[in-house]
Amino acid sequence: MSSGALEGLRRRRSLATAAKERAFSGAMLGSLLVAAVALVALLVQVVVAGSPRLNGDLLQRFPSSVPTRAGARSAIFGTIWVIGTVAATCIPVGVAAAVYLEEYAAKERWYNRLIEVNIQNLAAVPSIVYGILGLAFLVRGPLGLGQTVLAGALTLSLLVLPIVIIASREAIRAVPSSIRLASLALGATRWQTIRRQVLPAAVPGIATGTILALSRAIGEAAPLLLLGALTFITFVPEGLRSPFTVLPIQIFNWISRPQDEFRVLAAAAIVVLLVILLAMNALAIWLRNRYQRRW
Amino acid sequence: MPIGTALEGQESPAGAPPVLRGRRRWGEEAIRLVLFACALLSMATTLAIVVSLLEPTLSFFGEVDLVEFLSGTIWSPLFAEPRFGVLPLVTATVLVTGIALSVSIPLGLLTAVFLSEYSPRRLRAVLKPGLELLAGVPTVVYGFFALTFVTPLLQHLWLFGDPPGVFNAASAGIVMGIMIVPTVASLSEDAMGAVPQALRDGAYALGSSRLQVSTKVVVPAALSGIVAAIVLGVSRAVGETMIVLIAAGGTPKLSFDPADAMQTMTAFIAAAGIGDQPTGSIGYKTIFAVGSALFAATFVVNLVSIRLVRRFREVYE
Repeated sequence: MSSGALEGLRRRRSLATAAKERAFSGAMLGSLLVAAVALVALLVQVVVAGSPRLNGDLLQRFPSSVPTRAGARSAIFGTIWVIGTVAATCIPVGVAAAVYLEEYAAKERWYNRLIEVNIQNLAAVPSIVYGILGLAFLVRGPLGLGQTVLAGALTLSLLVLPIVIIASREAIRAVPSSIRLASLALGATRWQTIRRQVLPAAVPGIATGTILALSRAIGEAAPLLLLGALTFITFVPEGLRSPFTVLPIQIFNWISRPQDEFRVLAAAAIVVLLVILLAMNALAIWLRNRYQRRW
Repeated sequence: MPIGTALEGQESPAGAPPVLRGRRRWGEEAIRLVLFACALLSMATTLAIVVSLLEPTLSFFGEVDLVEFLSGTIWSPLFAEPRFGVLPLVTATVLVTGIALSVSIPLGLLTAVFLSEYSPRRLRAVLKPGLELLAGVPTVVYGFFALTFVTPLLQHLWLFGDPPGVFNAASAGIVMGIMIVPTVASLSEDAMGAVPQALRDGAYALGSSRLQVSTKVVVPAALSGIVAAIVLGVSRAVGETMIVLIAAGGTPKLSFDPADAMQTMTAFIAAAGIGDQPTGSIGYKTIFAVGSALFAATFVVNLVSIRLVRRFREVYE
């Protein structure tokens, strides 16, 4: 074969490669674009649809069968009550479990491995199954708490517990063992080492993961539907034993009504929910950037 | 490294003088026990889920024939003359999951390849939080988006057959697919990030183009991680409730037409739950029977995913 023909062949091949390369780049950018457009469309749609009702009334009025008089006050306070209770229950338990798994558990023991796989599995159990658990165990069954703030919060707490544990474990694992060994060498006990050295160093990571877990709990509606939180609540919860509703449930309630005015209310309440979530996410990112140490 | 591994086996060496011999610290032991109890709570949760599902499910099958449940094609458990064929719920779940995957697998994988192999660092620093934002949107919001934005859009753009009604599987499936993109993308990207740089360098040295390195070296090497990401996506799609409850409708229908309204397993559970069934009624028990089927399906899928992730970790760490 002459050198000219070989050169031509080579050029044609590189042209074909370049064309494929370009098509692939196009496909990648296209898929990024689809995701970005979906996100922007979602946000714009919600803000535009909800704008007529985005005012103080939404925050101050209680739900009503007359759309123009309805607001989300009980849902907003319900969300605050529920999430406060979720935080108070799932953070201590989740961090304690993470400390056990990282600092105490011997990896070769079968029960520790079982706990580990079990947590991974629980993280992927559908949220509605937790609702069934809450219905059978907390609302009716053995504990019989009824359709209360406490029952809802405990259900959500179990739901996000695996997320808190997994995030806390990663934060604890990132603390270098030299710090533990130094503390032990100075005569500290195991628990003193964990309390005074490991946990303080892991707090930023734990806080970030916990905030993300709580923001998951804030947006969750399905399990609470099963607990019977879809009721007409026109008062602010007074305690853990009080009936309640939360923002996602109120939003679902308004979406499922036929009148267009309720759709507008739903969109406005979604904006409130998204602003709360955005603020929490921003806080998590800020914490991560401000306090995270590289060892 | 757990402190234990550094200490175990050194406690009170036999010949050591009494001063150096470890004293048993009961406070430390108590703390260890409390922490262990917290870790055990996760096992208790799983156990409680199984127990709470099992009893009403068994009692359900005392009243309803298992064969009718698995093979019947009409689902109307709350009617005066109830029929208990779960197939319409199962086919609806399969169809919506299929639509969701056909959106999220290509979008998620292409995004992952871009982030891992192509993106400049600066752009990546913007795109990753953007994906996290998409992952943080509550599902009830996605449901609203499906009902009020995607469904009207589909009604305009529908090419074949009758255009979809207000409630349809297509809209719910597409939006669910978008919801799962971050899951598939970020887990696949993790897997691709774990592929040793030497493999890429080797392929480049042999004259491969970037596309060839990405698709013929990195993707195959990260395959088990990518499959695990997709499997987790399946599990999320099967278990997702609010989107289908809002956008796919509430009438069980045995159909494979994405333009039809249908009810998935999760949507049935939620709808029956909203109806506040009295304890012990057949309506109450169906919640648990369908819940058991759902839990069993996702449990198997999750275990497959956990297995796969572990395998791909063993290779490159």
